Amino acid sequence: MKKNGAQIFLESLLKEGVDTIFGFPGGAVLPIYDALYGVTALKHILVRHEQGAVHMADGYARASGKPGVVLVTSGPGATNTVTGIATAYMDSIPIVVFTGQVPTALIGNDAFQEADIVGITRPCTKHNYLVKDIKDLTRIIKEAFYIATTGRPGPVLVDIPKDVLSASAEFKYPEKVELKSYQPTYKGHIGQIKKAVELIIKAKRPVLYTGGGVVLSDASDELRVFAEKLNIPVTNTLMGLGGFPGTHPLFLGMLGMHGTYCANMAVTNTDCLIAIGARFDDRVTGKIDEFAPYAKVIHVDIDPTSISKNVRVDVPIVGDVKSVLKDMLKALDEIKGRSHAERGNEKAQKDALAEWHEQIKQWGETHKLSYKLDEKKIKPQYVIERIYDLTKGKAIITTEVGQNQMWAAQFYKFDKPRTFLTSGGLGTMGFGFPAAIGAQFAFPDKIVIDIAGDGSIQMNIQELATAVQYKLPVKIAILNNKFLGMVRQWQEFFYEKRYSYTCMDVAPDFVKVAEAYGAVGLRATKPEDVDGVIKEALAVKNKPVFMDFNIDREEDVYPMVPAGQPLNKMLLV
Amino acid sequence: MRHTISILVDNEFGVLSKVSSLFSGRGFNIESLCVAETLDPKVSRMTIVTTGDDQIVEQITKQLNKLINVIKVSDLTAEEHIERELALIKVNANADDRAEILSVIDIFRGKVVDVSPTTYTIEMTGDAEKVGAITELLRPFGIKEIVRTGKIAMARSPKSGK
Ligand SMILES: Cc1ncc(C[n+]2csc(CCOP(=O)(O)OP(=O)(O)O)c2C)c(N)n1
Repeated sequence: MKKNGAQIFLESLLKEGVDTIFGFPGGAVLPIYDALYGVTALKHILVRHEQGAVHMADGYARASGKPGVVLVTSGPGATNTVTGIATAYMDSIPIVVFTGQVPTALIGNDAFQEADIVGITRPCTKHNYLVKDIKDLTRIIKEAFYIATTGRPGPVLVDIPKDVLSASAEFKYPEKVELKSYQPTYKGHIGQIKKAVELIIKAKRPVLYTGGGVVLSDASDELRVFAEKLNIPVTNTLMGLGGFPGTHPLFLGMLGMHGTYCANMAVTNTDCLIAIGARFDDRVTGKIDEFAPYAKVIHVDIDPTSISKNVRVDVPIVGDVKSVLKDMLKALDEIKGRSHAERGNEKAQKDALAEWHEQIKQWGETHKLSYKLDEKKIKPQYVIERIYDLTKGKAIITTEVGQNQMWAAQFYKFDKPRTFLTSGGLGTMGFGFPAAIGAQFAFPDKIVIDIAGDGSIQMNIQELATAVQYKLPVKIAILNNKFLGMVRQWQEFFYEKRYSYTCMDVAPDFVKVAEAYGAVGLRATKPEDVDGVIKEALAVKNKPVFMDFNIDREEDVYPMVPAGQPLNKMLLV
Repeated sequence: MRHTISILVDNEFGVLSKVSSLFSGRGFNIESLCVAETLDPKVSRMTIVTTGDDQIVEQITKQLNKLINVIKVSDLTAEEHIERELALIKVNANADDRAEILSVIDIFRGKVVDVSPTTYTIEMTGDAEKVGAITELLRPFGIKEIVRTGKIAMARSPKSGK
């Protein structure tokens, strides 16, 4: 029996195991919306802005590991997705975005609501397609999901003209993908892996520097076993948080611009840096020539373009983090089987490592992450600590961008992967709230909290309506400083406190905003209000809650490595 | 240093722009680019000439490999290879100069492919130096127009027959 393109589209999604799509209708996708009418196997979430839809799909994917799916119309619907797609691209998140397009005969004619979305998103998608013939539709959908979720994951966009949606064809979903030009490498080179392990066991001051790749490849167990076996301290990038338990004795905290003193000193002094699923971003390395200057560098990454891009690497290993870590553990066992003579001076090795741990302990003690409590003013760090305690560290935390993001990263301890969702690469204000909604759809029973700034929350505040409509108990903790805080901090440190356009004292009453949408609004103005507000918010089960914390307005994020400085040149509290 | 990169790609719409936007997005310049179908009509061959230090070119080739539509990338610069380019040169040819022009063309094994009362149009194949050299020799007569294809290249077969 023949079906039309819209029906084929929906059937294909079901074949891919999709159960939730985030979307917003319009003229070019009317055939799909018609086919969706009354369908229950697929849950369509009606958002309030297409950017929100993409961040929701992204949050859904980050939390669950499954690809997020978006459906929008042509022209403005499509262009509204761009920031969301770029956000997912920078953090390697698997999402598939379907855009409607004007009928094929009109493409290129500046037709009503036409935008060359394939051209626009070329640099921020892993791959994209324009479907020109209904015969190609199922193959392309199959490929899109395959490409988005394999290798280094990323967003894929599929642009479908309206006439393709109304044309008809036989529905036959392909069994497998045939892409001779795309075969990601999963298994690392065994010779290189052995070489790396030899280096690591001889190192006197080793450090594991691990990133989002560990989370993406679900390799946190392997990482923990590896670190424990060799007694190697671990530091995470922002994207790597949760990939190694935040409460583990070997954990040094985050490194980089707002990393801990301990992590930054350890990386500066290590003689063997083991980079796993991390990409030496400039926010992590500081001044690149002085990053890990004494270290032999081992770099494991699934993407060959990440290796030797920013720093010289002594032992590059291209492969999936999980698979490589497994092989490293095997290689370790083989070495254990060697005779004493072959294994070298193990005592000297042990002593050196003990000395290294002693040094690290000292660094950790001299400059702990800290802040000064105040009797009258609410400190943002205190709010995060209280949220951590009152959720027993079990919440899924999303963040906006700015100081709120850094305080969340520093003061909430993430023991499990996929519990800290943040826009690391693009740094997109407005990400956290819709991402929290997406995560809540993936895990209806978990506590999901967006740690927000008063600036960022206003960038996608319209999604309150979505959260209310679907009765989602997402919590939004607004660290309200009436400033674009992080930018103000830079102006304070580097531009003589000339607060040019960063003061936002004209802001809505967030409690009333919440209430106007039919959500719950709570406010804390003094430190003693904080616990009550958090507890009350946690008790709400069927609607979103805004918590408006009026915090100390000019609190800064410490430590801070000024841009372009080496990591050991930190400004401290 | 100048590099000649040979790329096999899917012969589909949009692929050329994916390849070229990879260069422009990173601020790399394409000096010349040739594309045509291979024996397999589903596959095209691109020959791209670009300049950069080893690290840049390594990044370019890795990034090219990462594109879904790219099947194979080889940097021919490091290998023994043959390269050719084709130029069409329209030069002023007065009665007085014709004999001399013809002798230049002859030395370079070029061909006259079109003649008018005042011009010759010459077809010239060779490597970039050869095309450059004949251009210099013809310049005094007055070159009216020149079109060059850019380079195509192919690795040499191993001489030992192994
Ligand atoms: C979409 C977008 N625009 C601009 C910026 C630049 N920016 C980075 S942090 C920041 C301030 C954020 O202010 P707020 O959300 O109030 O958070 P705070 O730093 O005060 O916690 C700005 C404007 C950005 N990251 N994203």
